[in-house]
Amino acid sequence: MTRDRLQHEQAAAAEPCPCQEGMRPSVDLGRRKLLFAGAAATAATGLIGSRAAADTKAPPGAALYDVPEDSTKVPGRGVHEDHGYGTRSQFEKEVRVKADNPSDITSWTFTPLASTIGNLTPSGLHFERHHGGIPVIDPDRHDLFLHGLVDVAKKFSVAELKRLPSVTRKYFIECSGNTLSEWSKPKGKNVQFTHGLLSTSEWTGVPFATLARAVGLKDNAAWVLAEGADAAVMTRSIPIGKMLSDALIVYGQNGEALRPEQGYPLRLVLPGFEGNTHIKWLRRLQVSDRPFMTREETSAYTDLMKDGRAKLYTLAMDAKSVITFPSGEMMLPKPGQYMIQGFAWTGRGRVHAVDISLDKGATWLPARIDNVPEPMCTVRFSFPWHWDGKPVVLQSRCTDETGYVQPTRAELIPLRGENAIYHYNAIQSWAIGADGSVSNVHI
Amino acid sequence: MYTSRLAAAVVAACTLASPALAQERSHEIGTPVSAEDLKPFFSIQPGGIGLPAGSGTVAHGREVYNQRCFYCHGEKLEGNRDMAGPPLAGGRGTLASEKPLKTVESYWPQASTLFDYIWRAMPFDQPGSLTADEVYSLVAYILAEGKIVGQDVRMDAETLSKVVMPNANGFYDGSGPDLRIYRAGADK
Ligand code: HEC
Repeated sequence: MTRDRLQHEQAAAAEPCPCQEGMRPSVDLGRRKLLFAGAAATAATGLIGSRAAADTKAPPGAALYDVPEDSTKVPGRGVHEDHGYGTRSQFEKEVRVKADNPSDITSWTFTPLASTIGNLTPSGLHFERHHGGIPVIDPDRHDLFLHGLVDVAKKFSVAELKRLPSVTRKYFIECSGNTLSEWSKPKGKNVQFTHGLLSTSEWTGVPFATLARAVGLKDNAAWVLAEGADAAVMTRSIPIGKMLSDALIVYGQNGEALRPEQGYPLRLVLPGFEGNTHIKWLRRLQVSDRPFMTREETSAYTDLMKDGRAKLYTLAMDAKSVITFPSGEMMLPKPGQYMIQGFAWTGRGRVHAVDISLDKGATWLPARIDNVPEPMCTVRFSFPWHWDGKPVVLQSRCTDETGYVQPTRAELIPLRGENAIYHYNAIQSWAIGADGSVSNVHI
Repeated sequence: MYTSRLAAAVVAACTLASPALAQERSHEIGTPVSAEDLKPFFSIQPGGIGLPAGSGTVAHGREVYNQRCFYCHGEKLEGNRDMAGPPLAGGRGTLASEKPLKTVESYWPQASTLFDYIWRAMPFDQPGSLTADEVYSLVAYILAEGKIVGQDVRMDAETLSKVVMPNANGFYDGSGPDLRIYRAGADK
């Protein structure tokens, strides 16, 4: 599980770029330049509006159009050429990258954190982790069953759930395996790989409490098994206290239906809990007086400690943060003024503060928090910084509203050992070399 | 006059409608289901709760394994990386070492989980295609290979619920905050 490697090409970090935007790793700047040249030639021959040569492919999620030399001199394209569902610009190429696992059916993809803008992750860039592939489910033939320690067992159709009073809230989801490459050595080359199993969406759905009232809970109800309709028939046990405090049965993500990779048509969202518990393709909830001890909460998603014993039910995600600019594989072209940027989050409420250290943790200075902190939601932070051209290590540290402070590696590793796999939340360090190169280090 | 009558009607309608709107009528939400409707589903809990009727043997389990499992999990249950299949036996005594080998034998706390998981998710390329007898046999075979039960075991709901796994006491509740983090801080 730890032998994941990024499968995409290494970014061409060789040539420093002239501006902050261009310092983000971009594999095919060369091709973009070519495309410009080709398009100009096409325009000259009067073939305005025709598709570019078949050997140039549109990036995923985009359609390829000719690029006029002067966009004010030719009419643009008309409405609805996209058949009513828009695409992103052909100049935007960021994609999820997949882990190098032997099977793509049980594998994961990472969100490109360094290039997402604002706090929400575009639905098409939300990280993925599937244990049995992505199922195709017709919502008209999909029901949610709720049974077990209830007065009346019931099923709810997707259409009926959509008619019930809903709530809309922003929450992050983080896989508890996020940053698992970092326990022993600094293995991740860039932030997409080290921290990309984190995404934030606006979710819309029905509180579990509404359904609980519809069936009536028995006095001894203590745990709820959530089950997915994928080939893994994924199952996790959730404490009833969590289910009744903020669990949502969601059908909406960022203003539209859930994406298939995110559980279409129904997903359980458990704000702040580890990603695996947010059961996708949700089809069944069984109320019990005890946990079920499923494979995914015993064999997997338990945290093996140094003494050989393991923690069960480590469900809440601890406070964590990461600098996304500058971060691994980037290149600072020259000394000067930069804006450090990043994400911070916690599964135990709101982010209270983010601090930056430029001296390996000796002193900490407050960063600016760029959006209003919301419970179990990421914040963006920024910190104006002057680089004098000397080697330096950049670190960020999150403090949440409970007073929990994100630990250093020196604090975390003695507590957990190096074999826990899950719930690594130590402070991340990026080293800037004298040449401006940025790399992942442990200090 | 028309307007005022309309306004009065709206006020009346609102007064009538609001109690109904403000209260969800819980009993009207959802469709009751019978035990028959729930038949396709299962989940097996520690103590054997939820186990189906049926039984199996190690010999039959070996046969099924050698047809349906070996190419992903290895002929000796040692796993097969190329097929993503984890090892299912071995690794006892390694959990506190630098290179722990977590398997059914060395790590899993409950035998009920093995039945539940194989029945719901294996074989990986044809999930949900095994009969209860086949699953009992596979459980018997995997546990026998791990020297947790004898070769002559007849596995059924009763014997399975009595199996004590080697690492049964290897887990503890980690749901609360990690208290040690509050003293490791040691403000340098
Ligand atoms: C096509 C390959 C394949 C076949 C065939 C297959 N498995 Fe698996 N098995 C897997 C994969 C892959 C996983 C891990 C799934 C995941 O990542 O969630 C797995 C996981 C398991 C596990 C859980 C292991 C652990 O430590 O968590 C058990 C038990 C298991 N399989 C038993 C079986 C049995 C019994 C059969 C035959 C009936 C079988 N498998 C057939 C690929 C396979």
